[in-house]
Amino acid sequence: MKRIGVFVCHCGINIAGTVDVKKVVETLKGYSGIVHAEDYMFVCSEPGQALIRDTIKQKQLDAIVVAACSPSLHEATFRRVAQDAGLNPYQCEMANIREQCSWVHQADKEGATQKAVRIVRSLVEAVRYNEDLEPITVPVTRRAVVVGAGIAGIKAALDIADAGHEVLLIERNPSIGGRMIQLSETFPTLDCSQCILTPKMVAASRHPKIKILTYHEVVEISGFVGNFKVKLLKKPRYVKEGTCNLCNKCIEVCPVVVPSEFDMGLAWRKAIYLPFPQAVPSVFTLDEKSCLGLDPIRCGKCAEVCTPKAIDFDMGPEVFEVEAGAVVVATGFDLYPMSKLGEYGGEKYEDVINGLEFERILSASGPTGGQVRRPSDGRVPKDVVFIQCAGSRDPENHMPYCSKICCMYTAKHAMLYKHRVHDGNAHVFYIDVRTGGKDFEEFYQRAVEEDRVNYIRGKVSKVFKQGDKIVVWGVDTLSGKKVEVKADLVVLALPLVPSAGTEELFRKLRLSTNKHGFIQEAHPKLRPVEHPNSGFYLAGVAQGPKDIPEAVAQASGAAGKVGALFSAAELLREPTTAEVNDLCDGCAFCVDPCPVQAVTLVEYARDGEMKKKVEVNQALCLGCGVCMATCPKKGIAVRNFTADRFLSMVDAMLTD
Amino acid sequence: MEEDFTPRIVAFCCNWCTSAAADAAGTARMQYPTNVHIIRVMCSGMVHPGFVTEAFLRGADGVLVCGCHIGDCHYRDGNVKTEARAEAITLMLDDLGIERERFRLEWISAAESAKFGEFAKEMTDKIKALGPSLFRRA
Repeated sequence: MKRIGVFVCHCGINIAGTVDVKKVVETLKGYSGIVHAEDYMFVCSEPGQALIRDTIKQKQLDAIVVAACSPSLHEATFRRVAQDAGLNPYQCEMANIREQCSWVHQADKEGATQKAVRIVRSLVEAVRYNEDLEPITVPVTRRAVVVGAGIAGIKAALDIADAGHEVLLIERNPSIGGRMIQLSETFPTLDCSQCILTPKMVAASRHPKIKILTYHEVVEISGFVGNFKVKLLKKPRYVKEGTCNLCNKCIEVCPVVVPSEFDMGLAWRKAIYLPFPQAVPSVFTLDEKSCLGLDPIRCGKCAEVCTPKAIDFDMGPEVFEVEAGAVVVATGFDLYPMSKLGEYGGEKYEDVINGLEFERILSASGPTGGQVRRPSDGRVPKDVVFIQCAGSRDPENHMPYCSKICCMYTAKHAMLYKHRVHDGNAHVFYIDVRTGGKDFEEFYQRAVEEDRVNYIRGKVSKVFKQGDKIVVWGVDTLSGKKVEVKADLVVLALPLVPSAGTEELFRKLRLSTNKHGFIQEAHPKLRPVEHPNSGFYLAGVAQGPKDIPEAVAQASGAAGKVGALFSAAELLREPTTAEVNDLCDGCAFCVDPCPVQAVTLVEYARDGEMKKKVEVNQALCLGCGVCMATCPKKGIAVRNFTADRFLSMVDAMLTD
Repeated sequence: MEEDFTPRIVAFCCNWCTSAAADAAGTARMQYPTNVHIIRVMCSGMVHPGFVTEAFLRGADGVLVCGCHIGDCHYRDGNVKTEARAEAITLMLDDLGIERERFRLEWISAAESAKFGEFAKEMTDKIKALGPSLFRRA
């Protein structure tokens, strides 16, 4: 019988404050197979690890159970400790008596103590069944796929490429640039957003290691870390890249006019268009939803005038597959729909606009050339009301979370407005002004003191139209007085939400999110740029609201992780894969349910008789165990997850 | 029914969703009764119907199988298979004379720590009301 040692951690008072660890140790002594049990203040500390190493050697232990925190935190630590002391790392199991015991049963010390004993015993049973396993080595494809080409995606792509690895930068829109290319100026420095982003866009397009695939979408990702197969859809652009010379003749003749996405619908574009002058790649796109000419009998004017013959109505969608070792998800954000802010006149009044629309109005490349004019009649607004938290921090009606960047961009909006309309008044309704960031508080103070922006602490109660004015009612909660502003323009700071379509995409890629759809990080503090699914990395607002410097820092972090992954000669995979035993009679029930087609049926001859059994492709098997749950004869099981092991664990848990 | 009956509930929890939710419930110090014992499985689809019936035969008062929501399975669709098996499990329990209510399949994602705590409370209360299972150890 295996000689098993148990080490029970106090974790300061985290465990010992609720669980009587001494009693746990005493109760465990004498349990079948346990030849050593002791408690220690912090088992994860270096002296704690040394204690385990020494005890393994002195008491000639065959296996250990560390009763402490969640295995997601320290399983790797203690398996390495076991290995250092000469054991196979799989001869170590962790009993989670913190997250799943002491922390959740703080009021029931006795119950928690008894439960801790049962948890430890069940893991003792588990480790008793564990076999020695050696990691499976697999090659790594040193090519990264970056999904989304806003500032976060571009930065991640550049950093990965600068480290010498190939990058495919995927963007579903006709150009890279994302949201940042739409912005006027950026806080807290007021540098022009396009001026700082376009050099990065060009750098990405010129980088020998980066291939930009715009107007492409990710259809499916299969495989595993280091060895993904990424299926991409190339949407038809109907204009040949490299042949189009941007002569503009097609735009002149195109009869279809639709709202421009780049200008947030405040300007128009043709059905054949360049989203904005600095677009990368520099090629026109024919938007098939609005074009008439895909039916050449009806139109086809653009093709007639195109001298280099770049327009091809017969282009179709293409689906193709690429191999990659890592995926960076940088799918960005949209604003919460205006239509849901009916109480603030969202989509009811033309002169109630959102923050991105105001960015376009302020932008030198925008529909008004940077002059502040309101959408309804083009007049210069003399009173502008900015409503912060228009949907954020509102758990009853809208989104409970803080969108983080609105305080700062509203200060910037108000400031830029005052710089352009010297005799205008900017009023900001706020709940709190949050300026946590380098130079942010100073920037906000500048808006208040130098630019005389009128900050009103209070929520807006009503927004309604009176003549050509938008009347905003609110209460100044500092003075207790009712406030009424007859405004010419109202700007709503809407919540940031994950960009449209990401919910479906993440579902297809099986990437978990939080309940608002922001992609999940592997650990909220310690692994902020990795997804729990190995090989997926995160950057930008897809993970949660953040400003440009944070998105860029996260992108560089993700790129650093990708670089570290690619620096390994080969990757180690968990050897807990399915194994077939002699009980298999080849019934093949397990073949179809396998999600990765790792199980196949084979026939072989024995004693002159043809027999059948299944085989598992170890390179493909993910160790999910669907096969073993399908098997009627215990003929296949995931290594170290056998039925006998589970049932012994159950027994241990049910025994007093 | 005895007042001090303490049910023993075994919960097979998927490594990717519900085990993580249970960890997060701990980090947030959500409080729930000590009756639910978690056994971590790689996927809810790993849970053979025999694990559930055997757990009952070995004296569990309740057995839970928890995994990722449909569509979110780490292994594509392991939980779809779990769902199909749950029906078979219910029929097997009928044969054994074990109340169906003692078994539950529940999807709890890594983000739903509060749901895990609530679920543990709910099942403890339900099984307390049902009383000890037929095969409970003396």
